[in-house]
Formats: sequence, structure tokens, C-alpha cells
Amino acid sequence: MGAGHAHRLYRPGTSPVHALPPHCKLAATFGFVLVVVSTPREAVWAFGLYALLLAAVAAVARIPAGLVLRRLLIEVPFVAFAVLMPFVAQGERVEVLGMSLSVSGLWGAWNVLAKGTLGVAASVLLAATTELRALLLGLQRLRLPPLLVQIASFMIRYGDVIGDELRRMSVARRSRGFEASGIRHWGVLAKTAGALFIRSYERGERVYLAMVSRGYTGSMPVIDEAVATRGQWAYAAVLPVTALAVCLMGWTL
Amino acid sequence: MHVPDGFINAPVSVAAGVAAAAAVAVSLRGARRELDERTAPLAGLVAAFIFAVQMLNFPVAAGTSGHLMGGALAAILVGPYTGVLCVSVVLLMQGILFADGGLTALGVNITVMGVVTVVTAHLLFRGLLRILPSTRRSVTVAGFVAALVSVPAAAAAFTAVYAVGGTTDVPLGKVLTAMVGVHVLIGIGEALITTATVGAVIAVRPDLVHGARALATPLKLRVDGALVDAPAAAPAQAPAAGRSTKKVWATGLVTALVLAGFVSFYASANPDGLEKVAADKGIDQNVEEHAAAGSPLADYGVKDVEDARLSGGLAGIIGVGVTVVAGTGIFWAVRRRTSDEPTATVTSTATPVA
Repeated sequence: MGAGHAHRLYRPGTSPVHALPPHCKLAATFGFVLVVVSTPREAVWAFGLYALLLAAVAAVARIPAGLVLRRLLIEVPFVAFAVLMPFVAQGERVEVLGMSLSVSGLWGAWNVLAKGTLGVAASVLLAATTELRALLLGLQRLRLPPLLVQIASFMIRYGDVIGDELRRMSVARRSRGFEASGIRHWGVLAKTAGALFIRSYERGERVYLAMVSRGYTGSMPVIDEAVATRGQWAYAAVLPVTALAVCLMGWTL
Repeated sequence: MHVPDGFINAPVSVAAGVAAAAAVAVSLRGARRELDERTAPLAGLVAAFIFAVQMLNFPVAAGTSGHLMGGALAAILVGPYTGVLCVSVVLLMQGILFADGGLTALGVNITVMGVVTVVTAHLLFRGLLRILPSTRRSVTVAGFVAALVSVPAAAAAFTAVYAVGGTTDVPLGKVLTAMVGVHVLIGIGEALITTATVGAVIAVRPDLVHGARALATPLKLRVDGALVDAPAAAPAQAPAAGRSTKKVWATGLVTALVLAGFVSFYASANPDGLEKVAADKGIDQNVEEHAAAGSPLADYGVKDVEDARLSGGLAGIIGVGVTVVAGTGIFWAVRRRTSDEPTATVTSTATPVA
């Protein structure tokens, strides 16, 4: 907790993308992903253009390509699923390298891979250029219920604390010679989870009492309101609007 | 298990988003009733707990390991409303921060992994506890069954969403068998871990387990060497009755709206799915047809289908609205009459006395 609340995914910077108000960036990202998802999969070139758009955003934000590519690894499980798709899907089949593959399955795999990758890349860029607290403020500006934003901010703030507690328990277990190697040891791990729940819940009660003693009445005061000028909205809208143009071209061409 | 972008088409993603938003809104109200102003810190910390416990690896065999999904655990430990909230917040943060699960698929993810899992687990758990005798063993059994069923139920719900708005042509039967088959196995692991975890919490702080409050032994005082029941602090029970009808009303309304939206979607999407397959084949066979299919004319056609779907969903929702208004009117009239009668008798009995 002493290390501030900057999360590991955030990459500090002073680029124009970093300086944009968070709710503009959130809206732009959501708009972009929605446009990508509604693009017809046959317009292969459109996805190339989308990738170029994201690359341009990354360049403006001075986010190195390696970082984005490394974080794309999170979608590996679904890549495995997509690779299976041409083998199990029905319909017309083609011979590729001696394997019989389904045409619609190939299209489906391409569809999930392209759209999924673009979606992940967009949220990676969002998380890398927006501070966590700003992100929560932006969600509040976008009319997410304040209570939900409060819950999310408590989760983020105490996530590291609870995670560290879990780590300390693991250290304590191992220092007593415990090593989990199979189902036999699930009982011990489940007791860990139970103890962690009790500690989290009791910490929640303590946090609540501490807040009440400082005058909490059920809502958090908004100290710094995030405001956006029309120019900033327009700047943020460049990404989804360009994507929309590409999408419309994809439907008509 | 997190659904990425592009797996479910845009209209169904938006519909699932609306359903998820409605469910979260209902849970926000419910959680506030369960926890009042403690909601934010407590639900936040429980969400952090679920987030952390998903990192706890349970070794299975030969180097593989699994982790808890936590939907059933949340339902049993903190109740359905707070449970849905916590899981939804975890999914929201995972989607925005860690790019785990697509942003447009957020609604699908929250509906499937948050709402379906938690609500299934909660209903099964409460139902079983009502049937079984109130002992700790039955809490264990009910927790096991609830967690076991909740995971394949989520897989089945995902298959249903996929049937309406899936973007690939993998046959539905195969998806259902694969998803439910795999998730029955995962469900067994989930059930074992959930049961053991709930057991560990009950052993120390039974009062914290939302689903096992009936088990809490009444406070005893030792007075002159004999144990007597402590005088129960009489909580204000009166407003609860009024609230519970409101709860039933809200839940019913949301269920009806979701059903109306989804069932009509499903009904009108069936021929659409066939059309889609046909279109895919046509596109592959001759390019001219594809060119025609891509023209604005075809666009209007697509728009028409969209409008038909939309109008179907709207019709369903309007129908539910009319029914609710009519029903409420009747209910209100009947209740007024019944509430009028006692006062009338009171006055009639009062007059002779006077």
C-alpha cells in the first residue's frame, strides 16, 4: 500500500493519449471494439486497417510494440480454441496440406482471432495509458452507478493487500514443509481460502468502521471531477470514427 | 472461460449487456438492503477476495492445476445479491484492466459467469437446505451440489447465448456436449473446493456464512450455573414484509423482461441462423452473389431483419410492461378492497359500543 496505487499495467507518460480525460478514452475504446465486432469477417483488409489504427495510437502514446505484443499473450487459450475450429465445424471442406478443413470453420477461426486480438490490443492500450484511479473516475463519469464504482475501487485498492495476505499464507505453509502436489492437499488449500475469506471480511468491517469514524455516510466525496472539452472529445473520437468509416466500407465493398 | 470479442455477434452482445446491467442494478438494490451503507467496503473486499482466490492454484495431477471460479462460493458465503455484484466487478476489472475477456463480451461474461452461476448456486443451495435437516452436514451436501451444478449451468447458458448469436458454424450439439462435458469435470473440482472452503469458514465464523445463518446457535447466558437463552434483541421485523414483496416483484419483472427479450430473439433468430449458413455457402461458391450481398440493398435487408428482431424484443417488453401495469392495477384494487373491509368492520363494531 505504501507504493501508491499505480498498477503494474500502467505505463506513465506525457503523450497526448495519456493526457486525454479517462472517460473519453473509455468511450473511444468501447466504440472501437463495437465497430470491430460488427465488421463482416469477409472484409479481411478492414482488420488490417484496424490494426494499423491501433498501431498509430500506440505510436502516438509512445507505447513500445513489444509491450503490447507481450500482453496479447493473455488470449492464448482462445487461440487454441480457434485453431480447433476448422476441424470440428461443418459444411464445405477444403484440402490444406493434406488435412481436410471446414471452410466455415476457417472463417470462424479467422473471425474470432482477428476480432479477439484487436479487442485485447485496444484494452491493453487503454490500461497502459490510463491511471487506475482515473479509469474509475472515468467509469463514474460514464454514469456507472457510484456504488459500483466504489466497490470496484475498494477491490482494486485492497486487491494487492489480499493478494499479499495469500502470499504470506503460502510462505507460512511452505516454511512448515508443506508442498501441494495433488488432490490430497486440497483440504489444506481450502482452509487457506476459508481463512482468507474471514480475514478479508473482517478487514472490510474494520475499513468500514474506520470510514464511519471519519464521517462516511454511504457516498464518497468527489474531489477532482474529470471534465473534457469538446476538443478532447473530438480528439478521442478520431479512433472510433475512422474505424466506423472502415467498417462501412467493409459492408459496402 | 472468459469470452473474447468477436465470438458472439454485436446485437446479442448488446442484448446480453442490457440483461447484465439489469441484473447488476437489481443486485445493487439487494446488496444495499443486505449490507446497507457497509456495502461498498464489504462488497469491495469480498470482490478482492474472489480475485485473490482465483490465483490460488489447486494441483490436480501430473503438473496440471485448476483454480476456483468462485461464483458458487460467493453465493453461499455472502448471498446472491452481493455475490453477483462481486463477481461482476471482478469481471469488469479483468476486462478493462487485464484484457481478460472482451469489452463487447462483458455483458455475456457477466450474464454467464456472474449471474447464472451465482443465481443457480443460490437457488439450489437454499432449496436443498429447506428440504434437508438443518445440520452442518446438510450445508456441506447442499454446497457441494450447488457448486457442482452451477458450473455446467454456466456452460449451458453460454451455449444458449452461442445458439442465438454465435459467429461460427460449429454445430450446436457439439458445442453443448463439449462445453457441458468439460465443465462437469471442472464442476466436480469446484464443488470439492467450495465445500471444503465453506466448511473451513463455518468452523470458525459460522455467522459469516450467509447461507448457513439458520445454523447459528442462539446465544446462551449462564445464570446461577444454569444455561438460559439470552433475550433476543428484537430486530425491526415489520418493514421486512413490505420489502420482500417488492423484492419478489422486482425479480419477477426482470425475469419476465429478460425472457421476453431473449425468447423473442431466439424465436426470430432461428430462421436467421439458417439464412446465415446459406449466405456463407453462397459467398464461398460464387463471388457475384457476394457482391450483391454486400450492396446497400442487402444492407436494407439486414436492417429489416434487425428491425424485425428489435420489434420482436420490443413487443415482448411492451407486453410485459402492459401485463405488469394491468396486474398491479388489479392487485392494488383488490388490496384496497381487502384493506378497506377490516376498517369497515371496525367502524361497524365500534358504533354499537359507542
